[in-house]
Amino acid sequence: MERILEVKDLHVSFHTYAGEVKAVRGVNFHVNKGEAVAIVGESGCGKSVTAQTLMKLIPMPPGEIKKGDIIFNGESIVKKSNKEMEAIRGKEIGMIFQDPMTSLNPTLTVGNQIMEGLIKHQKMTRAAARARAIELLTMVGIPQPEKRVDQYPHEFSGGMRQRAMIAIALACSPKLLIADEPTTALDVTIQAQILDLMKDLQKKTGTSIILITHDLGVVAEMCDRVIVMYAGKVIETGTVDDIFYNPQHPYTKGLLRSVPRLDLKRDEPLTPIFGTPPDLLRPPVGCGFTARCESAMRVCQEYDPELKEISSTQRAACWLQHPLAQNRAGS
Amino acid sequence: MQLTKEHFEPISVDLRQAEEIKRPSLSFWADVWRRLKMNKVAMASLIFILLLVACAIFIPIFSSHDYYTTNLAGKNKPPSAEHWFGTDDLGRDVFVRVWYGARISLEVGFAAALIDLIIGMIWGGIAGFYGGKVDEIMMRIADILYAIPYLLVVILLMVVMEQGVVTIIIALTITGWIGMARIVRGQILQLKAQEFVLAARSLGADNNRLIFKHLIPNALGPIIVTLSLTVPTAIFTESFLSFIGLGVSAPVASWGTMSAEGLAAMKYYPWRLMFPALFISVTMLAFNLFGDGLRDAVDPRLRK
Amino acid sequence: MEKRDTLIEVRNLKKFFKIGDNTLKAVNDLSFEIKRGETLGVVGESGCGKSTAGRTILRLYEPTAGDVLFEGQSVMKLNHQEMKAMRRNMQMIFQDPYASLNPRMTVGDIIGEALDIHGLASGQKRKERIQELLSLVSLNPEHMNRFPHEFSGGQRQRIGIARALAVEPKFIVCDEPISALDVSVQAQVVNLLQQLQEKMGLTYMFIAHDLSMVKYISDRVAVMYLGKMVELADSEKLYEKPLHPYTQALLSAIPIPDPEVERKRERIVLQGDVPSPMNPPSGCHFRTRCPKAMPECSAVEPVWKEVEPGHFAACHLYN
Repeated sequence: MERILEVKDLHVSFHTYAGEVKAVRGVNFHVNKGEAVAIVGESGCGKSVTAQTLMKLIPMPPGEIKKGDIIFNGESIVKKSNKEMEAIRGKEIGMIFQDPMTSLNPTLTVGNQIMEGLIKHQKMTRAAARARAIELLTMVGIPQPEKRVDQYPHEFSGGMRQRAMIAIALACSPKLLIADEPTTALDVTIQAQILDLMKDLQKKTGTSIILITHDLGVVAEMCDRVIVMYAGKVIETGTVDDIFYNPQHPYTKGLLRSVPRLDLKRDEPLTPIFGTPPDLLRPPVGCGFTARCESAMRVCQEYDPELKEISSTQRAACWLQHPLAQNRAGS
Repeated sequence: MQLTKEHFEPISVDLRQAEEIKRPSLSFWADVWRRLKMNKVAMASLIFILLLVACAIFIPIFSSHDYYTTNLAGKNKPPSAEHWFGTDDLGRDVFVRVWYGARISLEVGFAAALIDLIIGMIWGGIAGFYGGKVDEIMMRIADILYAIPYLLVVILLMVVMEQGVVTIIIALTITGWIGMARIVRGQILQLKAQEFVLAARSLGADNNRLIFKHLIPNALGPIIVTLSLTVPTAIFTESFLSFIGLGVSAPVASWGTMSAEGLAAMKYYPWRLMFPALFISVTMLAFNLFGDGLRDAVDPRLRK
Repeated sequence: MEKRDTLIEVRNLKKFFKIGDNTLKAVNDLSFEIKRGETLGVVGESGCGKSTAGRTILRLYEPTAGDVLFEGQSVMKLNHQEMKAMRRNMQMIFQDPYASLNPRMTVGDIIGEALDIHGLASGQKRKERIQELLSLVSLNPEHMNRFPHEFSGGQRQRIGIARALAVEPKFIVCDEPISALDVSVQAQVVNLLQQLQEKMGLTYMFIAHDLSMVKYISDRVAVMYLGKMVELADSEKLYEKPLHPYTQALLSAIPIPDPEVERKRERIVLQGDVPSPMNPPSGCHFRTRCPKAMPECSAVEPVWKEVEPGHFAACHLYN
C-alpha cells in the first residue's frame, strides 16, 4: 500500500525554565493512503505534540525538533521553511481542532474562512470560491448554506462550528486530515452526527485521516489502525481488531479495561491504571510504564524495550515479548 | 547488552512511587519572583527604583546644601566638585534640589497609587461581589466621574485649596481610582464564577472568607501590576502640573517646577533643565519597564 | 433491593435565570427522590439543566420555586445559620479539577477550610485530620503543603473529594467529576467514589454526560432534556428498555469500544441541534428532533407518569 506519511524516529522537546521536557521520544509510524489511523493515549503522552509537529505548528522556541524525519508525500517536512509549510498547510494537510470556538476567527464570516484557502492555494476567483464554499457547507450538512456562508462563527451552534471547521479543513481536498480530539467538546448526539459525517466524507474523498483521541469508542467506530502512545513513545500499534481483541502491551490492556462497557455489571469493579504518567522533564530509565505496570520485571527498569513484531500488522514494545520472560502476555 | 534470566524476574511495583511529585514545590509568589528575576531589564529597573528611593531619603539629610538657601553670588554655576549639578538662578544647589524633587515625586506617586488602591479595591470589590443592581449603580457613578474633564477638576481644586502636595494628590486620586475599581471589579466578577468559590460557598464560607481568602488573593496579581503602572503616571502628572504652574509653589523644588524654570534659561544654562528632565524620563522609564516585567511575571501567558 | 428510607426529596423545583428580557428556564419543575445510600445518575446534553439542578438542590442557587427536603426537613426555608449547619450534610464535587481548587492555597488549607469554617479541628488535630483525609483518597499526606498546580488532574479531583468529605456529609452531588479526566484516571476516581460510598454510607447524585459511566455507577438514572426530566428508571432497566425516544437516541449515540459491535450497529442519529433553552419548542421540548413525533406532541406537554413500576417517563407514546 502506498504511504502518504511516514514518521521516523521523531524527537521533540520543549525548553522550559526547569529544563528540557522530552515530549516526543523517538516515534515511528506511517499512514497509508485512504486510511484512518488513531493515535490514543493519556494527556501528556505526546499525541497532540506529534500531530502538531506534522504541521510544524509547535512554537519554536520553546519547542524543538531534536531528531528524526517526517516524510509527507515523498518529501521531508522537517527541513522545510515556514514559507514552504504555508503551501502545505490547508492545501495538502488539513487540520481539525478540539475547540471549534477558539479555532475559528470570530471576526471573519464562515464563508470567508473557507474561501481563504481556496483563493490562496487554488487561485480561485472570489465568486468561484464562494460557490465552492456553499458547496462545502452543503456537503458537511449545514442547512441553508447560502445564508450561513455570510454568518459569523458566533451565530453557529457548537456542532455546526465543528462542521464548518471540517469544511475549512477539506476545502482544498487535502491528502491528509489531522483531527485532534474533534468531538471531545461536543455532546454525544452531536458527536454521533460529526463521526457519521467524517466517515461519510472519507469514503467520498479518500482522504487519509489521523484521529487523535482518548475515546476508545470513537476509535472502534472510525479507524482502521491504532497507534498507542505512552510517555512520548509508541508502545503498541496494530489494526483495530489487533488492539481491541488481542492487546499485548500492559498499558493497552489497562486502557481497555478502564473503560466501562454498557454490559458491565455494577459489582464488578473497574480496573484503573494506578498512578500517573511520568514527568517527561525527567523521563525514567527503561520502560516509561514500569512504575505503573503490574507485570514489571527487573529488566524494565534498566532497558527500554523496542517495538517487536507480533504479527504482520501488530507490533508492541514490551519486555514481556522477550523469550526469557516467564509470566508472558496473557497472564 | 546481555540479558539473563534474572533480568526477567518480576518486581513489585510500589504504586506510591508513581504518585511521587518530582518537581520542586513553588508557591505562586515564589514563582512570580523567579520569573521576575530572569527578566534583566525589570530587575535593573527595580534596582534603580530602590536606589532612587534611598537617595531621595538620605541625600537631602546628609548633604551640606539645602533646597531653599539662596546665594546670589554663586548663581547659574555649571556643574563642579562643589555643586555636582551646578546651581540655579538664585544660587541654589541643583543636585540637592533634584533629590528634594524626587521626594515630592515619589511621595505623590506612592500616595496616589495607595489611595487609588484603597478606594478602587473597595468600590470595585463591592460592585463585582454583589453584582446586579449594586454593580450597575456603582459603575455608572464611576463613569460619570470619569467623564468630567480632569484638568478642569485640577484647576478648580487649585483655586479652592492652597497649592501643594496634598492638593495634587487629591486632584490625582479624585478620578484616578476609577481605573483600579474597574480592574478589581472585572477580576472579582470573573473569579466569583469559578468553581473554587462555589466550593467554598458549598462548605458554608461567609462573605468575609470568600472575599479575603479566595477572591482578593487571586485578584492580587493584576492589582499589583496596575498599581505599579499608576505610580509613574502620577509622577508624570505631578511634574506636568508643576511645570505649567499648577503644582507646588516656590521655594519647594519639584522636577516639574525646576524644568519650567530651567526652560527659560535653556540656551545659557542647559544643566538647569537637563538634570530634572533627565530624572523625570529615567524614573518614568524605570517604573514602566518594571511594571511591564511584573505583568509578564504575574501572567506569563500575556507574553509573546 | 431492600427498602431504604428517603434522604432527599425534590419537590417541583424550578430555577429560572433572567437574561435581558428573556427567561432561561434552566430547571423547570423537577420532582424526584433519592434514597439513603443510593446513587442517582443524571444525564443529558449541555444546556439540559443538570448542573443547575445539582447546584439548586444544594442551595448554591436560590430556587425560583419548589423545595428540597433533606431527611424531611425543608432546605429552602432554613435561615443563614441553619443553612451553614445543613451544609455539613450536603457537599459537592466539581467538574473542573483545575478551576475547583483555589490556586493560591496549599492543599492542606483547601481541605482544612471546611474544618475552619465549622470549627471542627484546629492546631495539631487539624493537621492530623487533613492527613487522614489525604490518605483516605490515596494521596500522600506529606504533600499537604504543596499547591494544586503541582498535581495531575486525577490527583486534584481526589483533593476535591477529600475537601467534600472533611465535613462528613451524608449526601454528595458529583457534578461531572470525571468528564475532564483521562479514561485510565476516570476509573480511579469512580472506584474511589464507590469505596467511599460503601465505607461511609454516602448518597450520591452523579451528574454526567458519559452514559456508560453513569450506568455503571448508578442505581437509578434520570435523563434530562431542556430543563425537564424525560425518563427515570433503575439503571439496568433504563439501558435495557429505554422508553423515551430521546433516551433511545442517547444510548444509541454512545460509541462502544468494540470494533465488531460498531461494524454491525445501526444507530439512531438525531437531526439538528439542541434548541435554545431560552426558547424551547412548544408541547414536548424534544419533538423537533424526535423521530417519532406526532401531531399532539407540539400541542400538549406530555405528563410525567409511572409507565411501569419504578419506571417514569414523559412522552405521549405512553399515554
